[in-house]
Amino acid sequence: MKRERAPRLMTGAGVVAALTFAFLYLPIVTLVALSFNANDLTTIWGGFSPKWYGVVVANDDILRATRNSLIVAGTASLAGTAASLAAALGLAGAGRWERTLAEGLLALPLLVPEIVTAVALLLTFVIVGFPLGLTSVIIAHTVFCIPFAYYPIRSRLAALDPALMEAASDLYASPWQRFMRIELPLLAPGVLAGALLAFISSLGDFVITYFVAGPGATTLPVYIYGMIRVGVTPEVNALTAILLFVTIAVITVAFLLGQRPETDQNGGIES
Amino acid sequence: MTAAIGISAVRKTFPGAEHPALAGVSLDIAENEFFTLLGPSGCGKTTLLRIIAGFETPDAGELRLGGVAMGTTPPNKRSVNTVFQSYALFPHMSVAANIAFALEMLGRPRDAIRARVAEVMRLLRLEGLGDRRPNQLSGGQQQRVALGRALASAPKVLLLDEPLSALDLKLRRDMQIELKRLQAETGITFVFVTHDQEEALTMSNRIAVMRGGAVMQVGGPAEIYDRPADLFVADFIGEANLMPAVLVDRKGPQGRFRLTGSDALVVANDAGTIGVGEPAMLMVRPERIGLGPLNAAPCDVGVIALRVDALAYSGSDLMLHGALADGTRLRARLSGAAAGDAAVGDTVELIVPPDAVRVYRP
Repeated sequence: MKRERAPRLMTGAGVVAALTFAFLYLPIVTLVALSFNANDLTTIWGGFSPKWYGVVVANDDILRATRNSLIVAGTASLAGTAASLAAALGLAGAGRWERTLAEGLLALPLLVPEIVTAVALLLTFVIVGFPLGLTSVIIAHTVFCIPFAYYPIRSRLAALDPALMEAASDLYASPWQRFMRIELPLLAPGVLAGALLAFISSLGDFVITYFVAGPGATTLPVYIYGMIRVGVTPEVNALTAILLFVTIAVITVAFLLGQRPETDQNGGIES
Repeated sequence: MTAAIGISAVRKTFPGAEHPALAGVSLDIAENEFFTLLGPSGCGKTTLLRIIAGFETPDAGELRLGGVAMGTTPPNKRSVNTVFQSYALFPHMSVAANIAFALEMLGRPRDAIRARVAEVMRLLRLEGLGDRRPNQLSGGQQQRVALGRALASAPKVLLLDEPLSALDLKLRRDMQIELKRLQAETGITFVFVTHDQEEALTMSNRIAVMRGGAVMQVGGPAEIYDRPADLFVADFIGEANLMPAVLVDRKGPQGRFRLTGSDALVVANDAGTIGVGEPAMLMVRPERIGLGPLNAAPCDVGVIALRVDALAYSGSDLMLHGALADGTRLRARLSGAAAGDAAVGDTVELIVPPDAVRVYRP
């Protein structure tokens, strides 16, 4: 009997897969490896050393940029998450047509080329006479934090048994008590996952920040870009590697929160 | 005495629905009553329950709780609590916190809450489970927590939406007895929704049989079972033999019918408004039918000859199945009969007492 050949069984499929993963991850692995290079010359291996991480931590400009980045990402992700939570709760009661339209408009910032959003925001700030600085960056970041935070919250909300809300009302909870005691605690993993995704996307943003940041509002990605113009140094490697580690850690937490089943969510909430 | 729940001419049509969910329902439910809304799915029983709870507002008509018109009063302002079909226990709270929830929302003092939670847990045999989460409990335990949570604030009315449907048969029987006990002990009006007619008959003081958004009959279990108001109720409650027939003659209320499916004559004590020569549908419960011989029966009692095509012996009784000439199926439940009293292929004489026959217009 002749065996049928499914595409995934074809000769060389494994090789192609391996090459694809190499293409995706080899540059990142190289970056991390070279960030531990003892040599001053970036591309020549001089033995293992964490010394560049020390150099990064001792650089005042980097610390200032880090501080700016954390302020921006913290504030923008918080504001974006609050707006997303309100949107998710509001749209849950809306008609199907309104909801599809509103969700499409919410997702648009993810699809529009970033440079378009950047130029549009810059133009808006200039027209209304808003001074460019840390505040303008925070406002710009809040715009794209909303879609990142919205979807985890929305999928969590969709998985909630509506009878839980009815039970709370039935047991004499006012709408506000119901929200604080039942709805918010049950949505918490989704809200937290959304906030973390928003935080990460804000932390790594370069294009929009570059356009709307005024003097003194340099964030980490913008600072790294400035460093690169002088040349790729081991210090840059170490700094970007740190950014990578933070991102992986946060994404992992966000993923694990998203995986939690509804019936087993008691972390942090005492009844 | 004002009714615990007064429902008058309540109508409800959901947006986009072709037929109304409730097409003008009026009911009075007394205090301390175990009242059951019974009907097939889609009959409007759950919608009526949700209107009493305040989750839905009627399009027309009025709902009164303890004599007070509810209008658009939200659920949290009604002294009515619900046991949900899915239980809807708060998954992020312990058993004790679930039971305490209503009391906390009502702002009761901490000591009183603690004492009441302990009392409710004792009442529902949940001692020692106070710190568990709902997902650490068995189905039966979750059911009891849902009951305890709804009873904790001692509401005037408890609504139960098919609360036993997720339990297996044995647990279901236990909970039926448990619910009866709870209702008697607490004196709370229970409104129980089910599609299980046996459950309704066992548990209720009164039953409202619903169909297509309307109440077909309201009455005690014996009344509903013995004197169904129409053919739907007769067929929905218990087992019913339905036999097309024509009225041959009548003597006062008593009438003599000839079955369409055979030449047999059946006498009914109450032939209703059927005139001589008019068609009717006769209903007899299988356990009211007796086994001949013919000469043992008085002459004005209905006797039907039936060829047995199936037998079911269940120890306490023997069920005979057979068909009349026109295909009408008949069942007779003979209690105390022995397995050898009839055999498949036999033609037996069935005796139908005149007081067991109910007459309907087809």
